[in-house]
Amino acid sequence: MFARGLKRKCVGHEEDVEGALAGLKTVSSYSLQRQSLLDMSLVKLQLCHMLVEPNLCRSVLIANTVRQIQEEMTQDGTWRAVAPQAAGRAPLDRLVSTEILCRAAWEQEGACPAPGLGDGHTQGPVSDLCPVTSAQAPRHPQSSVWEMDGPRENRGSFHKSLDQIFETLETKNPSCMEELFSDVDSPYYDLDTVLTGMMGGARPGPCEGLEGLAPATPGPSSSCKSDLGELDHVVEILVET
Amino acid sequence: MAGAGGGGCPAGSNDFQWCFSQVKGAIDEDVAEADIISTVEFNYSGDLLATGDKGGRVVIFQREQENKSRPHSRGEYNVYSTFQSHEPEFDYLKSLEIEEKINKIRWLPQQNAAHFLLSTNDKTIKLWKISERDKRAEGYNLKDEDGRLRDPFRITALRVPILKPMDLMVEASPRRIFANAHTYHINSISVNSDHETYLSADDLRINLWHLEITDRSFNIVDIKPANMEELTEVITAAEFHPHQCNVFVYSSSKGTIRLCDMRSSALCDRHSKFFEEPEDPSSRSFFSEIISSISDVKFSHSGRYMMTRDYLSVKVWDLNMESRPVETHQVHEYLRSKLCSLYENDCIFDKFECCWNGSDSAIMTGSYNNFFRMFDRDTRRDVTLEASRESSKPRASLKPRKVCTGGKRKKDEISVDSLDFNKKILHTAWHPADNVIAVAATNNLYIFQDKIN
Repeated sequence: MFARGLKRKCVGHEEDVEGALAGLKTVSSYSLQRQSLLDMSLVKLQLCHMLVEPNLCRSVLIANTVRQIQEEMTQDGTWRAVAPQAAGRAPLDRLVSTEILCRAAWEQEGACPAPGLGDGHTQGPVSDLCPVTSAQAPRHPQSSVWEMDGPRENRGSFHKSLDQIFETLETKNPSCMEELFSDVDSPYYDLDTVLTGMMGGARPGPCEGLEGLAPATPGPSSSCKSDLGELDHVVEILVET
Repeated sequence: MAGAGGGGCPAGSNDFQWCFSQVKGAIDEDVAEADIISTVEFNYSGDLLATGDKGGRVVIFQREQENKSRPHSRGEYNVYSTFQSHEPEFDYLKSLEIEEKINKIRWLPQQNAAHFLLSTNDKTIKLWKISERDKRAEGYNLKDEDGRLRDPFRITALRVPILKPMDLMVEASPRRIFANAHTYHINSISVNSDHETYLSADDLRINLWHLEITDRSFNIVDIKPANMEELTEVITAAEFHPHQCNVFVYSSSKGTIRLCDMRSSALCDRHSKFFEEPEDPSSRSFFSEIISSISDVKFSHSGRYMMTRDYLSVKVWDLNMESRPVETHQVHEYLRSKLCSLYENDCIFDKFECCWNGSDSAIMTGSYNNFFRMFDRDTRRDVTLEASRESSKPRASLKPRKVCTGGKRKKDEISVDSLDFNKKILHTAWHPADNVIAVAATNNLYIFQDKIN
């Protein structure tokens, strides 16, 4: 995921392109690192079937961090908010993404299972997904870093790369924070499970290049990337709530 | 014999050395989770030292009287009483376990021969009475020595029971149980200077109790928003003022402290004073809020100052100045560049405590790698010491430790990347009068004393 869109700097590149790329690389490096932090935070907030009530202070602090990143990304234009006209489709799209993610978990090799949404409302996950993602691009005329670095692939094929699916999850969830906290009247203990963060899930490997989010060195460590299995879990539960 | 100057010796002065005194706890490499110490507290005289652990047990150590024939065992602490304070519970409504871990212990001032302390887990506070029994009566008329009732027709003579000495027995009994008043996890308890009331604080509320009354408590602070979606701040610690029984403070996850006066209104949602240091914009990062979260707040013994601990520093505040602290001491600034890793492994959420010495001239707090830090407020000197088995020879002086932040590592220095983040010292306590400190390192309790040259 972190390699996506980030052009590697080849030796012997044209000078003028080099300069431009170097500038891009700095900017996109920060964005990637910020995205990585967002991903990490969302995973930390993921629901687990825990026996003990989670630490509310920790959950609130992580949630505030996620909000901060969201706000900054919104200002940057890198956060794709679901526009009103697509709002009606949003829940369905989210369902669609889930579907794909769940399938991708055990069908990574590329088999194309039949879409299971055949009740006439959609044409199937594939066709829904594509139009949405390509429709969203024009809404952000100021080219976001994501787009500059690499064209968004607009394959019609069902077989998506994990990266795109992962990104879809995030871009589809601008309101995920509100969802996580949406507990208007129900007692705290229901909210509690929603707010559960990952306890003690120390991951191996340091977070290289992410210290202080200073644009530093090569690729953020893959330990920041969550397992697909956990991701499924996150999405399932986000949708269920 | 009290410590020189009764605690007035600055931690860093030349004629002062911290020495190893004792270590309590198992030496095994495999630490049972239940044995991890979760709170440490001296009583008002310093003769008793209580620890609570994750298994819900309380162990109380008592200081031995000074013995002329063994001058070297100056006031050693030995086990006085051990009891199971809290048991694990299951909340059937939420389908969640309630941990038996002791979050805090607070002693009550001694009023008679018995000792009283409050111990709390996430949900329930208990008042324990610890009393000694060193005599028993013998020669009852109506029952035998083994307690069986005697047949009244067999009693042919009357005798007066006499008291005979017995081996000292220390009994702990729960006298009050204060339950069902907290929806969220209790993080603090604090006994009021009136010795009749105390407060208990959870993430969103603070309750006021009377020590005699268990079926009622008064809610004095409630920061729960009507819509939990809007929750962005929680209460992290609370304490009563040591002398003014109407004043208490509570700290928040956003790095603020509110001082409240209970005379102003029944519900102290509006603070009397608001302490917050303006943020330094140049050091702002996504982790700024997390590291500003206050993990502990403690009034000085004098009541003029209070101290707060956030992730990287300890700050001393003058109660008369809300705009900024009067002192800021860096605990482990070298961690600032590692915040992302510390966020990843959750260490950034560790809650370190802090404490004052008896004369308020020095403060102490813990760090990682079993290091702890002491700051002398008068001489402005600070020192890093380590609680380790290696430096545990009797009366051995503790050698100051140093963390190398970059560049060439000198001999005896340890580099930041070699620090063991699993060895964290979260709980420390300072004797109220003498230079004796108790440092909890996972499952071991270290006791250090001063050595006057």
